[in-house]
Amino acid sequence: MSNDQPGLRESYLFDRNTIAEIHRAADQGIYKIRGFGAKRSLPHFDDLVFLGASMSRYPLEGYREACGTNVVLGSRYAEKPLEIDIPITVAGMSFGSLSANAKEALGRGASAVGTSTTTGDGGMTKEERGHSSKLVYQYLPSRYGMNPTDLRQADAIEIVVGQGAKPGGGGMLLGHKISDRVAAMRALPAGIDQRSACRHPDWTGPDDLAIKIQELREITGWQVPIYVKVGATRTYYDTMLSVKAGADVIVVDGMQGGTAATQETFIENVGIPTLAAVRMAAEALQELGMHRTGVQLIVSGGIRSGADVAKAIALGADAVSIGTAALIALGDNRPGLAEEYAKLGTAPGFYEDWQAGNDPAGITTQTPELMARLDPVKAGQRLANYLRVLTMEAQTLARACGKSHVHNLEPEDLNALTVEAAAMAKVPLAGTNWIPGQGY
Amino acid sequence: MTRSIDLTDGNVRALNTVLQRRDGNQDQAFEVLNPMGRHAIAAGCMHGLDVQVRGHVGYYCGGMNELANITVQGNAGTGLAENMMSGSVRVTGDASQSAGATGCGGLLVIEGNASSRCGISMKGIDIVVQGSVGHNSAFMAQAGRLVICGDADDGLGDSIYEAQIYVRGTAHGLGVDCVEKKMTAAHVADLQALLDQAGVSAKAGDFRRYGSARTLYNFKIDNVGAY
Repeated sequence: MSNDQPGLRESYLFDRNTIAEIHRAADQGIYKIRGFGAKRSLPHFDDLVFLGASMSRYPLEGYREACGTNVVLGSRYAEKPLEIDIPITVAGMSFGSLSANAKEALGRGASAVGTSTTTGDGGMTKEERGHSSKLVYQYLPSRYGMNPTDLRQADAIEIVVGQGAKPGGGGMLLGHKISDRVAAMRALPAGIDQRSACRHPDWTGPDDLAIKIQELREITGWQVPIYVKVGATRTYYDTMLSVKAGADVIVVDGMQGGTAATQETFIENVGIPTLAAVRMAAEALQELGMHRTGVQLIVSGGIRSGADVAKAIALGADAVSIGTAALIALGDNRPGLAEEYAKLGTAPGFYEDWQAGNDPAGITTQTPELMARLDPVKAGQRLANYLRVLTMEAQTLARACGKSHVHNLEPEDLNALTVEAAAMAKVPLAGTNWIPGQGY
Repeated sequence: MTRSIDLTDGNVRALNTVLQRRDGNQDQAFEVLNPMGRHAIAAGCMHGLDVQVRGHVGYYCGGMNELANITVQGNAGTGLAENMMSGSVRVTGDASQSAGATGCGGLLVIEGNASSRCGISMKGIDIVVQGSVGHNSAFMAQAGRLVICGDADDGLGDSIYEAQIYVRGTAHGLGVDCVEKKMTAAHVADLQALLDQAGVSAKAGDFRRYGSARTLYNFKIDNVGAY
């Protein structure tokens, strides 16, 4: 029965998805856990447009005039700052949530274009260290697999305070993905539904964090940058406090950021959109005199295209980070898997059960037969291609605005298409000089 | 021969550089003078050194220790021997919160009391506390042994996995999914060996054993009150 049939009026409040969730909750008696990220409509970079060069601005010639994309991360205190060739990094995703082949593919793809990838809540695998020329090691509340040997092998350390999909929440890895190898790395029994801690076990608040950062620098000889990652909520203050605590790099993950397994109510209802967060973080750095000079800003959460990259940078990011898009580039949700998805009751474009461990693409699984479906070399090439496209698109837009480096993009290059986006990004509504909240 | 390093000038970096030297330390024994509560003292050691710290230390003393045997003649701040991998850390006084947090191996001995969250998320370390421990000790403890010669405050072993807890005094309150378990002869022998290794004069037979009921290992609607 089509919903277009005259006389059938669907409730806005109780639409079919809402009704289905009520039935599911009544059947199962436990909250819905899923992967992917927020699916609701949110103000985003789509609501911004660039003001290309005109009478008062000269564009650069594509293919002939250079537009730089390199980024130096961690120049504040680290003896060996991390330099990446493109302003796009691969976000932290755990071995456990992802297969070893997927981690290898991420490393291969990122390395091919001179950028970094990141471990996750489960330690560092030899596959990703071996295939990632630049690897960021996450330091999470659970400390699964944490050890000083791997810490010293890292090119940077990312202290995770929170992530965009669940600021204030800890990680989850359901039992069917806790293989013997995953269990051994995490010192957990195989097959349990693992719930990671949401708070760090040995520090609380920014004053403690400063001492924790000092300890990590002592253990690693002050060699590598230390990032602090926060889920986007009180972003202005979180950025200020992270800088005060001694971070080299701030990573802000907006509420559109992906997850392998989180309660849906968390994904859809906690945090603020990336669009709002990037500007808040950049303003905090500007007030501290650290923007583009002392402390770098990486922004993630819903980055899909070179336009998103360029807009995030124009609003103040030094680089962006991708997770969901990287998995899609590897082959997640691809049409060729339609038949397999149908068996799982879903379809390409809708698959979100990254928590379930039965991913037909071989990415979010620990089942050997499924993992084997993902060729890490080919998948890595796909990711590298995608990262190149993002970079070229960002360069195209930067050149159009007359910029010889993507970092020369600025808020002045943007207009907003909606009042909400204008207010969040603090750029004028198109056709006006009006920035909501900043007078008339 | 023991090499003395004085921290009066606060140069913890210089101290740790010496202790972490990869090209083989000429000196195998060190004493650290005037630590004055500084943080990250002897963090990241990776050789079989003997380190005597003569005074109180701040946060994260002996953090991520590998192989070294570190003794603090005084009290220790937060996160003593956090994430220790091997070797040993001994404190003659009291330890603040989160002592031995996430430790993967080695032996931590606290001759005084330990504050809250002692052994939180421990992953294989052995911790022996001659005094009492604060609340939520062994929270989410995954592996290893926490031995408490005195009392344990509320929430002991909350959400514990496979770690073992031994208490000689009173456990004032067990956390979610933590239960008392039978103390077999094998457990008594195992514990006595650990007490002897720690240099603690106590009879293993006087202790009670606690561990996981394993009812929270998988999501179940019956456990909704514990989520």
